Amino acid sequence: MSGARRAITLAAGLAGLAAVPLLAAALNQPFYVDLFRRILIFAIAAVSLDLILGYGGMVSFGHAVYLGVGGYAVGVLAHHGVDNGFAQWGLAVGASAAVALVIGTVAIRTSGVYFIMITLAFAQMLYYLGISIEEYGGDDGMRLLARSQFPGLVDLKNPTVFYYLVLGILALFLLAGHRILEARFGMVIRAARSNEARARAVGFAPYRYKLAAFVIAGAMCGLAGALLVNQTEYLTPDFMHWTRSGEIMFMVILGGMGTLVGPVLGAVVLLLLEDVLSGWTAHWQIILGPFLVLVVLFARRGLIGLLGWESQRG
Amino acid sequence: MAEPLLRVRGLTKRFGGLTATSAVDLDVLEGETHALIGPNGAGKTTLINQLGGDLRPDGGAVRFAGADVTQLGAPGRSLRGLARSFQITSVFRDFTALDNVALAVQAHAGHSFRFWRAARRDPALLGPARATLEAVALGDRAGVLAGTLAHGEQRQLEIAMVLATRPRMLLLDEPMAGMGADESQRMIRFLGSLKGRLTILLVEHDMDAVFALADRISVMVYGRVIATGSPAEIREHPEVRQAYLGEDTGA
Repeated sequence: MSGARRAITLAAGLAGLAAVPLLAAALNQPFYVDLFRRILIFAIAAVSLDLILGYGGMVSFGHAVYLGVGGYAVGVLAHHGVDNGFAQWGLAVGASAAVALVIGTVAIRTSGVYFIMITLAFAQMLYYLGISIEEYGGDDGMRLLARSQFPGLVDLKNPTVFYYLVLGILALFLLAGHRILEARFGMVIRAARSNEARARAVGFAPYRYKLAAFVIAGAMCGLAGALLVNQTEYLTPDFMHWTRSGEIMFMVILGGMGTLVGPVLGAVVLLLLEDVLSGWTAHWQIILGPFLVLVVLFARRGLIGLLGWESQRG
Repeated sequence: MAEPLLRVRGLTKRFGGLTATSAVDLDVLEGETHALIGPNGAGKTTLINQLGGDLRPDGGAVRFAGADVTQLGAPGRSLRGLARSFQITSVFRDFTALDNVALAVQAHAGHSFRFWRAARRDPALLGPARATLEAVALGDRAGVLAGTLAHGEQRQLEIAMVLATRPRMLLLDEPMAGMGADESQRMIRFLGSLKGRLTILLVEHDMDAVFALADRISVMVYGRVIATGSPAEIREHPEVRQAYLGEDTGA
């Protein structure tokens, strides 16, 4: 696909997503605003995972932990009476970056299955921490009494405003991700994924670049966590359950690893299918499972590859 | 006498019961092309891996350009001007030839915590990268994915990446491995053209190449350097003839 066609496809996709609230209003189906907002929040999480998975070769199997950290940052502050959105979301991003720094410092010294296991272990640790804190609802979780407050700026109680805010954040992250990956910084982590021994031999010390990318991805996903708890208005440790991490990873692989828009497509398709199929039958996973297997087997470059969208070289 | 550019003393590496490098002493003088020869399994690549910083020795010391670099990893040694090629071709296969060389330039152009400007449109990287590709006669292959280049071209590309780091010394581990006769001749001529400008430690099996290029030769057998000398001296060295050239001098 040429650059111009890619730009047109991307613009069409974003325009389609921007039209969702209008179509939902026309069809008198406000529920779709809610559904697509949830999809876009997961798309943000999937894009952040793809930064390190698709471009950095870091198979983080605990990425949902940042959804949890971001969610808890908002929920806990709200619980203690701080409802200012800047404080809540700032803490969500900062705490997620800090957690990513700790996990990454350990995990990036390893590779392959050890990397997967360490990221999973940290995520499970925080999951059980969430379960054990009774003050914040423990296993059951707790209600978010009010969505984050941005007085005079945006009102998240308005479903359409909230939707466009999420879409705007996603678009911003796609742009920022693109710039980062094409800049010198991105070239280092992509080179290290391609051939780490070669990268070291030409003079790169990949560790700190990979760690920085890991922290950036964690911070981005932390913001998705802050959005998610505002979406559900309910905080539970399930945000960071390992099956959630697997789901995010699946969005990336389904849509197309190593492309930034692939994970967005993956999130849309996976969550829409889940929604449609679960409305049809209680055993929807029996249909979804084989579909996912077929995509992985026959569309190696993901759904975006079927559209003729190549992953960026390197 | 000035200190040699590379000074190795008592370098030792063991893998379990096998001593792959056994108290190796080696001096490589500034500006010389120094060949390292020896039969398969003599420990040449293990030695190169320790000199390049990919492998930690169990004992001994490596000094480069007057400083002890024994504890320095591969990136640090590259930044000091000690550049290596690998026995098995090692390039960034899913990047273009130009990207490969530009990455080598970038690694030596300060830190890479730069997040906004597109690296592939940065003249500070592309200029030197193109010039280096031209120098190894790969200028017309700049836009080709490295993994799809012919084997000989990939070897040339690796040399270009090594040169793009503007090194003081090259560690070349069998740069002619797997090349056809014509390609080998071209590579020998090219390495000959670097003679004097750069210090080179060359591991090579092709004796024609070794005797054509080397100012001095060291011979490794069973993890030890058993002789160092001029090509003429090495040719006549009885232990070398017996151990390596496979001749029974007693007959």
